[in-house]
Amino acid sequence: MAGKHGRRVKLSSTPNAGCSVSYGLEMKYKDYYAILGVERNADADAIKKAYRKLAHKYHPDVSKDPQGEAKFKDVAEAYATLKDTEKRAAYDQLGKHAPGENFRPPPDWGRQFGDSHAFEGIDLSDLFEHFAGHGRGAGARRAHMPIPGQDYEGAAHISLEDAYRGATVDLELNVSELDERGLMRRVPRSFKVRIPKGATDGQRLRLRGKGGKGLNGGPDGDLYMNIALHPHALFRASGHDLYLDLPLAPWEAVLGATVQVPTLGGTVELKVPPGTQAGQKLRLANRGLPKPHQGAGDLYAIAQIAVPGIVSDKERALYRELAASASFNPRGHFEEEVKHERQTH
Amino acid sequence: MSARLTETTWLDAHCEVTFAELASLSGLAEAELRELVEYGALAPNDPRATQWTFSGECVVLARAAQRLRESFDLDPNALSLAVGLLERIRALEAELRELRAQLPRRVR
Repeated sequence: MAGKHGRRVKLSSTPNAGCSVSYGLEMKYKDYYAILGVERNADADAIKKAYRKLAHKYHPDVSKDPQGEAKFKDVAEAYATLKDTEKRAAYDQLGKHAPGENFRPPPDWGRQFGDSHAFEGIDLSDLFEHFAGHGRGAGARRAHMPIPGQDYEGAAHISLEDAYRGATVDLELNVSELDERGLMRRVPRSFKVRIPKGATDGQRLRLRGKGGKGLNGGPDGDLYMNIALHPHALFRASGHDLYLDLPLAPWEAVLGATVQVPTLGGTVELKVPPGTQAGQKLRLANRGLPKPHQGAGDLYAIAQIAVPGIVSDKERALYRELAASASFNPRGHFEEEVKHERQTH
Repeated sequence: MSARLTETTWLDAHCEVTFAELASLSGLAEAELRELVEYGALAPNDPRATQWTFSGECVVLARAAQRLRESFDLDPNALSLAVGLLERIRALEAELRELRAQLPRRVR
């Protein structure tokens, strides 16, 4: 979610992200056994063990793998089906296909395991997510019980400039919903979202009622957005504070100078005091990211002494003259420190 | 497909939710939430208050707790431990991010 305001964004979201939606009952095959790395005749214990091992590795709350969330979705989907005896039997009846291959369940599959006409434009995960209890009265129970809509989570990648000014983004989201007849549908949802100014990396936004639709008076689900800031060419963010490298010529560091410094709100003048050391932080109050409720973070310019790569003959002569007349020894403390160490040890 | 402007809520220290709201938003039962509070994994704004309220940050934590319980079959004790460790990691990562932000780019 980067670039200009009002852009169109397809939000990656959980659950049901990365859907392989097709038409009618044709859908893409996923090999749940291969996903878990078990044989097709694996027993329940082996399936559970394989799931736990992969969940430790890829669970989005514990994994640092950038692909972990997507991998965990497949792992969780496979386990949810294979741990349930009835679902596993139904899955096995679909036959074995190549992963990603379009296939249709056998003609009698729907009659044997549920109402196949209840699903349109869905994928394998939807099929088994809503499989439980078909033919066991769950559909009837569902018809009367309030069912809250599904919550969704997704990451919103924004620039530092967007975090500074606030931004309006267009979100597109595919949600799986049950309609009033209890039939499963994929529904595209599109809405504009205002991201208030002052977002920081890792902050969460809640969009009330923007998840899946509730049924029978159940509340609509929510959409949770995890804000992720794009790295910036100049500024590094830490909470609402910003850090900027400020290269100074040796004479600017010694003599002091007034320099132009970029900020997210425009260029400002900064007085560099005489005798500024490399690594010293010069604070520009309230020039960081605005805080959502009041105030703003600070901008810290970190002094760096930059040395020219190429010098003219005249400059070289001046440096030599300076070296000959200067009394400054930047390594003068070495000898004293060594002496001190010898005395104490 | 409508495109009306959707307002948002920051889940931060300024956002306050009731105990019942926290249960509803996280998907955890109130009894489970009480155990997480007892074990110190979740902190109400004022633990002595008769009606507990929580910050928006607790919503994020409680939702993570619900996902962990669901995915790993954790009992409340193990769940509290996991949530506490995750929170420590989050704090350490924030500290690391702050320190890294202060390093000049060429030596990072």
